[in-house]
Amino acid sequence: MSETTYIEAIRLAMIEEMERDQSVFLIGEDIGHFGGAFKATQGLLERFGKERVVDTPIAEALIMGVSVGAAIRGLRPVAEMQFADFVTCGFSQLVENAGTFHYRLKVSVPMVVRLPSGGGVGGGPYHSRNPEAWFCHAPGLKVVAPATAADAHGLLKSAIRDPDPVVFLEQKWLYRREKGVLQSGDDALVPLGKARVAREGRHLTLVTYANGVPMAVEAADRLRAQGIEIEVIDLRSLAPWDHQTVLASVEKTGRLLVLSEATRTGSFASEVAAHVAELGFESLDAPILRVTAPDAPTPSEKNLEAYFRPNTEKLVDAVSVLMRY
Amino acid sequence: MAKAAAAKSSTKRKSKRSASERIAQSPFDLPEIPLHQVIDPSGKAVGVLPKTDRALRLRMYRTMQLIRLLDERMMILQRQGRIGFYGACTGQEAAPVGTVAALEDRDWIFPALREGVTMLYRGFDLETYVCQVFGNSGDVLKGRQMPSHYASKSVNVVSWGSCIGTQIPQAVGAAMAAKYKKDDVVAAAFMGDGATSEGDFHTALNFAGVFQVPALFLCQNNHWSISIPTAKQTASRTIAEKAVAYGLPYARVDGNDVLAVYGAVKEARERAARGEGATFLELLTYRIGAHSSSDDPRVYRDEAEVEVWKARDPLARYRKFLIEEGDLSAKEDERQRTELNETVLEAVKRAEARPLPPAESLFDDVYAERPWHLEAQRTELLEHLASHPKKER
Ligand SMILES: Cc1ncc(C[n+]2csc(CCOP(=O)(O)OP(=O)(O)O)c2C)c(N)n1
Repeated sequence: MSETTYIEAIRLAMIEEMERDQSVFLIGEDIGHFGGAFKATQGLLERFGKERVVDTPIAEALIMGVSVGAAIRGLRPVAEMQFADFVTCGFSQLVENAGTFHYRLKVSVPMVVRLPSGGGVGGGPYHSRNPEAWFCHAPGLKVVAPATAADAHGLLKSAIRDPDPVVFLEQKWLYRREKGVLQSGDDALVPLGKARVAREGRHLTLVTYANGVPMAVEAADRLRAQGIEIEVIDLRSLAPWDHQTVLASVEKTGRLLVLSEATRTGSFASEVAAHVAELGFESLDAPILRVTAPDAPTPSEKNLEAYFRPNTEKLVDAVSVLMRY
Repeated sequence: MAKAAAAKSSTKRKSKRSASERIAQSPFDLPEIPLHQVIDPSGKAVGVLPKTDRALRLRMYRTMQLIRLLDERMMILQRQGRIGFYGACTGQEAAPVGTVAALEDRDWIFPALREGVTMLYRGFDLETYVCQVFGNSGDVLKGRQMPSHYASKSVNVVSWGSCIGTQIPQAVGAAMAAKYKKDDVVAAAFMGDGATSEGDFHTALNFAGVFQVPALFLCQNNHWSISIPTAKQTASRTIAEKAVAYGLPYARVDGNDVLAVYGAVKEARERAARGEGATFLELLTYRIGAHSSSDDPRVYRDEAEVEVWKARDPLARYRKFLIEEGDLSAKEDERQRTELNETVLEAVKRAEARPLPPAESLFDDVYAERPWHLEAQRTELLEHLASHPKKER
């Protein structure tokens, strides 16, 4: 079977859901003839017309607010931010409004916001954000962060069908590097809130998501040769997240390492660590460690950015610390 | 300059009409906003020239020529993979240069993507400027910002935060501070036509109108915001008329006519200095190249349109004018071009040879003083690098 890139998986998910459901439409900046900054919507204007592929003026608060308004009337907007970073300009509409509508009025807001996230592209402080913690901290929003092409495809389809607002974090770094075989029809759907065990192992649980997954898998494969078996858990969804899969794994391995590309303090990695410290304390043989970016803005220059980001070596070092226990 | 007063008189006229007539006609009640131009595209003087001396005229020209050559060289470096990104000012040189020439050196400039070039007019060292695109140890921004996001405190050019429009309220705040301190420092905010769609644009102009702060708003209407033409950005006939709603004086200026820009900004600055508040200028120009090194404009725009605007080129027009005026000879022009080109090549060569900022610079300047957690993270990285020495890429 032929392999599809992560970005093409996203494009196909939108096409399939738009074909399936007339209420799905796309909204964002330069998503029409231009096909989006990363070409996720290439050819979609030609295919679905300008009523369903809406190019907007540059105004993120507007994109979010219009999406909320359309969603409460039963449409299913899929909004694209040109870069995840610019969601900050639409923050109030997403966090304060989309996230609380159902609570306030019992009216669903079935919208998806696609956020091209993460570093590795020399984007500096404004084109490299990993903003997941902001949204995991916002009641009412769901947050997903796929690492594979099949998950990008299946999670986006599920997100579009979901009754709640979903923040869909997609990784620029993975867009063209990551490839996989996609399923068709309902087999392709990946449920929100369910993790995936990317590698099985007995000695240490390595919990990660998004850009962290290929790094974690690489480290696991490298360490297997040295007799260290790492269980890599790809969370896929961050809100709600699959704590049971994580707790069961830690019960088996007794060690937990959490990897996230985001900055450390107040990160989702911290949430996983706190949760396991509360509910899995009995299983732990070692302290919980986090491998993350430092608490600084992302630099643009590519060597500096390489120092800034987590990598396989940093992971391997953390594993050896934990294996001493 | 067209004044908000014009809008007031049209309100008077309107009051005799019925409500439905008013609704039907309201957008067209605004007077046509004339385009302020003093040199036409053929280089002929067509309006009242602002007062300038030869040295000033030639300094503006030299800076425009330098920017043109620098941008050409930078785009080549980008294509060769020597720099990661570039956003050129090509075809728009007159707007930032005419503006900065009309400002005082103490005035603060809040640029967007294409106006960091104002630093060069203020005498910022070219090699250090080029270091910014390499993000190396010569870069005053220490490799932190993407290429083309130039800034330096030394010349009062503020670092742009990449998020479209966010610099506009900041300029208003800086202007408010000037009013408070009574220090005669004007804040000039640049923006693209696309930026006028952001909420920040509207709140900033509104506040500036209410508080009468010494700010200048300079919208470079270059007809495109990446793939979106201005007509799909706004249904207003002009960008300039948006100022009407906020009670600000405004004008529509030929942004490819450096002397027209100079004159309009000079006048607006004088108003601000007199305590009469902010002015909005729409500078009509055109983005000759791609939005940035990341896109191919042939996908979304007609090349014929580009040809029309190439004939209105700000640099060629000004050169003709200067030669006509006797400020410059064709020979001197050619000599200067060659000299500037060599200066650019030399600056690139020297800038590229500089080492990178050290890895631990990641932890500098995040706060005024490094707190304990960044200290710990710094040690962590240094220990890591000691056990895994890295080659620079
Ligand atoms: C808040 C925000 N949204 C989107 C972007 C992506 N983006 C970068 S430049 C640009 C177009 C800007 O157009 P305009 O303001 O007309 O300026 P120009 O580049 O044409 O000079 C867009 C949409 C951004 N940088 N910031």
